[in-house]
This record gives sequence, C-alpha cells and structure tokens, in this order.
Amino acid sequence: MTIWRLVFKEILHRKLSFALGLLSVVAAVTCAVGATSLLAAHDARTAALLARKEAELKSQMAELEDDMRKAMLKLGFNLVILPKNQDVGDWYADGFATEYMPEDYVHRLAESDIVTIRHLLPSLQQKMTWPEMRRTIILMGVEAEVPKLNKSPRTPLVQPVPRGAMVLGYELSQGLGLEPGQKVRLMGREFTVQRCHAERGTKDDITVWINLREAQEMLDKEGLVNAILALQCICAGPAGLASLRSDVAGVLPDTRVIERGSKILARAEARAKVGEKAKAALERERKARAALRRERERVAAFLAPLVIAACALWVGLLAFGNARARRGEVGILRALGLRGRQIMLLFLSRAFAMGLVGGAVGYAAGLFLGARLEESLEGAAGAVGLGGLLRPGVLPAALLGAPLLACLASWIPALLAAQQDPARTLMEQ
Amino acid sequence: MMLRINGLTKRYESPGGVVQALHGVSLSVSRGEFVAVQGPSGSGKTTLLFTAGGLLRPDEGTVRAGEVEPYLLNPEKRARWRARTVGFVFQQYHLAPYLNVEENILAASLAAPSEDAPVRARRLMDRFRLRERARHLPAQLSSGERQRVALARALLNSPSLLLADEPTGNLDSDNAGVLLDYLADFAANGGAVLLVTHDDRVARRADRTLRLSAGQLENHPAPTPADQSPD
Repeated sequence: MTIWRLVFKEILHRKLSFALGLLSVVAAVTCAVGATSLLAAHDARTAALLARKEAELKSQMAELEDDMRKAMLKLGFNLVILPKNQDVGDWYADGFATEYMPEDYVHRLAESDIVTIRHLLPSLQQKMTWPEMRRTIILMGVEAEVPKLNKSPRTPLVQPVPRGAMVLGYELSQGLGLEPGQKVRLMGREFTVQRCHAERGTKDDITVWINLREAQEMLDKEGLVNAILALQCICAGPAGLASLRSDVAGVLPDTRVIERGSKILARAEARAKVGEKAKAALERERKARAALRRERERVAAFLAPLVIAACALWVGLLAFGNARARRGEVGILRALGLRGRQIMLLFLSRAFAMGLVGGAVGYAAGLFLGARLEESLEGAAGAVGLGGLLRPGVLPAALLGAPLLACLASWIPALLAAQQDPARTLMEQ
Repeated sequence: MMLRINGLTKRYESPGGVVQALHGVSLSVSRGEFVAVQGPSGSGKTTLLFTAGGLLRPDEGTVRAGEVEPYLLNPEKRARWRARTVGFVFQQYHLAPYLNVEENILAASLAAPSEDAPVRARRLMDRFRLRERARHLPAQLSSGERQRVALARALLNSPSLLLADEPTGNLDSDNAGVLLDYLADFAANGGAVLLVTHDDRVARRADRTLRLSAGQLENHPAPTPADQSPD
C-alpha cells in the first residue's frame, strides 16, 4: 500500500468531486494556454501577412521600375553625351548634333567603372533631304546597346535596326503611305520598312532610323558618331547628376554631358513617392497589427488571471469539501500512526494528480480554443494551424503550473486536515 | 507492565462549563492481560482509551507504555510510537469505503512501512477468515466481517497494546463472541488489551474488570491532596 494507491482509489471513489476540480483546472489552463496560443497565432499570422505584403511591395516596385524603364524611352534619354565642340544652342535648336566624335568613345565608357550609367546607345544623326522622296528627314543611325562590362546584362531598352531595314517616324510613314514590309530606297540603297512609330509630337515623327554602320557608310562618317545616349541612369537629384557629369568627363574629356534633369527628377521622385507610400502602407499595417496584439494582450492579461483565480478558489473549496468528507478517515489514519505531513501528502497528491491531468487536457484544449478563436477573429483564410500556435515552454509551464496551482489551492484544506484533532473527530463519530 | 496510567485527569471546555471527563484515574495493564473498563455512557471511557493511546493529551497525570511516556515525545515521534505500539479498534470500524479488505488492512502499513506487510496482511486475513473477502469493499461485508477487518488492521503492525472502544457495540452475540475470542487470544499471546464497554457480558470475558463512573474508577478514588503529600 502506498499513498499514491490510496489517492488513486479515493479519486475513483469520489469521481464527481475530482471531476469538478479537474474541470476547473482544465478551464484555468485552457484559458491561459488559449490566450498564449491566440497571441502566438496572431504573431504567426502577422509575420505571414507582412511577409506577403513585403513580397507584394517588392514585386510592385520591380514592376514599377520596369514600367519606368520603358517610360524613359518615351520621355527621352537620361543623358546625351555630345562632342565637346558641339554648339549646345544649335543642338537645342536643331534637335541633333552637327559635330562628331570617335565611335570608340562608347566602348571606353562601357569599360569604365561608372556604375550609374546602364544602357549606352551610340548614334549618328544628320538632317538631310530624302532624295528619292524629296522630304526633309533626320537620319539616325543606331546600333545595338553596348553592354556595361562591369554590370550584369540587362534587358535592352531599344531594339537595334538590322542592316537593310528602317524604322519610320509617324509623319513620314503617314505622309509617304509606307507600311512595314514595304521596300523603299534611300540615297540609292534599298531598305525594308521594319516598323512605323505612332505619333510622338517630336522630331521623332520625321526621323528615319537605320543601322549605324549603314548610316556611317552613307554619310561617309565611318568610325564616327555624334551622340552617345545613356539611358536610365541612376542619377536622381542634382548631386547625382553633377557627380555623373564629372565621372563621364573623367573618362571622355572631349565630350560634354547634357541631361534631361527635370523629367528624370520628376520620374525619380514619383517613383520614390510610390515606394514610400507602399512602405508607409506596410508600416501602417505593421502598427495596426501591433496595436491589435496589445489589445489582445490587455484582454488576456485581465481575463486569464481572473479565470485562474476563480478556478483556484473553486479547487480550494472542493478540497475543503473533500477534507471535510474524509474527517473520519483522517482520524483513523492518525490513530493508526500516520503523521501530519503524510496526511498533507495525501491531499496534496490528489491535488497534484488533478493538476497534472488538468494541465495536459487544458493544454490541448487551450491550443484548440486558441486556433478556433483566432480563426473566428481573423477568418479561416490564412489561418496559421497548430504549428503556428506552439510555443516552447508553454507545455512544460502547463504541466508544472497546473499541479502547482492545484496544490496551492488545496494547501490550506490539506493543512487543516493534517492538524485536525483525531481524538475529537473519532469521538464525534 | 505494558501500560501504566497514573493520576490521569482530563477536562473539556464546553458551553455549559468545564466537564471533568477523567479525574485522577490510575490503572495498569500487564502483558498478557485483558482488562475491561466498564461504565455508562459519558463516564469517560473513550477519553481514557484515547489518552492511553497517545491521541489525547491529559491535563494531569502520566501514561507509560512499556518504557515510553508518549506525551513526552513530540507529535511526530508519538505518531511513530503509536504506529508501532498501539492498535485501535472502534465500534464504528472506520474503514475506508473505497479500499477493499486487504487494502484497508494494509492502510496501517502507511504509518509503519515494512516489506512483509502484505504477507502479514494475508496471514491476518486467513486468521480472521477474511481471505475470500480480500477484494470486497466494506459496503459488501457484514458487520462482523467489518469489525474483523478493523481488528486485522489494528494488528498489522504487531502492536503490544490493543485499545478497543465498544468493539462489539454493532455486533450480534455470535460475532461479538468471535471478536472477544480474538482479543483474548491476542492477550494470551503476550499482548495487553484494554477494552472499554458498557456491556456486562463483554466485560465478563476480560481477565479483570474496572468500573468507571463520572471520570473516576470505583474502588480507586482520585487521590486527595493529602494522598499526594510525601508524608
């Protein structure tokens, strides 16, 4: 015979009393674990939500950046690098350069370590009359982009024009009735119309784009260009542009850099603002989730101790009832020679068993409750599941805390039982 | 001498005033002796028994069992002494309702654990014809069987002093006779039995009968202050 066996048999005998106490412990642990699980689920859902939004933001920003790159092409070039002796007034007035510089300049720039320039397009431009059509045109020879050697390859912004092909501005295609696929002659050479641009309202509408090599041959300017177009430079802000201009001058001292500052800045600022707004929205979401968590913490901090205290009180009252019902038994056990601390152990072991079982059941119930509560508060979509509810330390805390709580609640009844006068009890009975 | 009680006085406070339960009671019980204390209800019989068993501290007087004066021991040691030395049998049996016969008997081993307790419990069940009832709960037993279980429990730790409070009060004459036989047998085997009863027939089975009335033993009046004088 052991104390534990006695406890076990007594529990089986007084099932209702034990079950009521057990229910109380389960309720207390369920409440505590449920609150913890709810907060854990909140944290898990918040982390998932923010991660998703961050990914969305990143994707949006990437998309926006891509759109911006494409839009840059319509806006014009970020930078135009012209021969140093080019009259800028003429360049502004005519819309093209009349001086020349070696085509090799573009390769020197590509090999330089200027990281703020991305796409390099050499071009040869000349205003002339299209002899066969008797039209004033701007002939522009263009080549494929020259890759920056110190950077990973990027998607080209403009498609090169192959030899024997031409691209026409809106005014020319409309005025001459030319369509893609048609053959046409320019300065005695035959070209196939590759593409016709939509109306832009700029000098582009009277521009003919052909292959740079062909243009150089036709204009007798082999190895020369009169502009290098640097696209999509990362040079937002006056300081960036000044720095870039200085960098280019360092590599190509015989050139000058003209920038399309206002458009670049406006776009850069717009892009930055969109980014900032998205980030602010993300931050607002983060703050809203944190505020919600604080609110839940506040409720849990109020509710859980209240429920635990009420349950402890109930367990204590049941222990009083149990001790009272067993006065005769305690009396005879004392008469048989059991010490006071053995009597206490008898009652506290019962409470311990109640706490241990209640802790285990309450833990499982708490997880379930936390999951259901979280789902009902936040919706089934994106529910974190059991994995998101588990927190290290909660199970050991439940399995240690619940027996401790039950023992503390039963301490006074156990002490009174241990201190009761066996002679008086036996005489009364 | 197994039990020597000298000048035992016990008073209770009650709403009606002080009740003198025992007044200068002195008696002794030798090993192998079966002594009955007979008296009407309220005469102090149970108080005398509990005081003798170390359960109720007297206001005056001494109790000595063998070489031990239990009230000189602290509560822990007194409980151990009681577990090893004293066996109690009560009129109400006081069996745990949720333990079967064997477990009820073995409950006494909680106070004095020993490895051979189960063996001794089985021997006691054999001796008191309870073996077939070993797995039965008290509610499934007759009164006589319950009292035999209570007696077996009292004897599990091999006490030298058996204190019985109206042990036959709830038994018919046959079962009462059997129980008294066991008590006599315990005394015959060297134990000391002090039994309190109001029943003449029970008292007649004892080796010696003392009469308790209003807290005093007849023919053994409480000592006067003059009696206690050294002169």
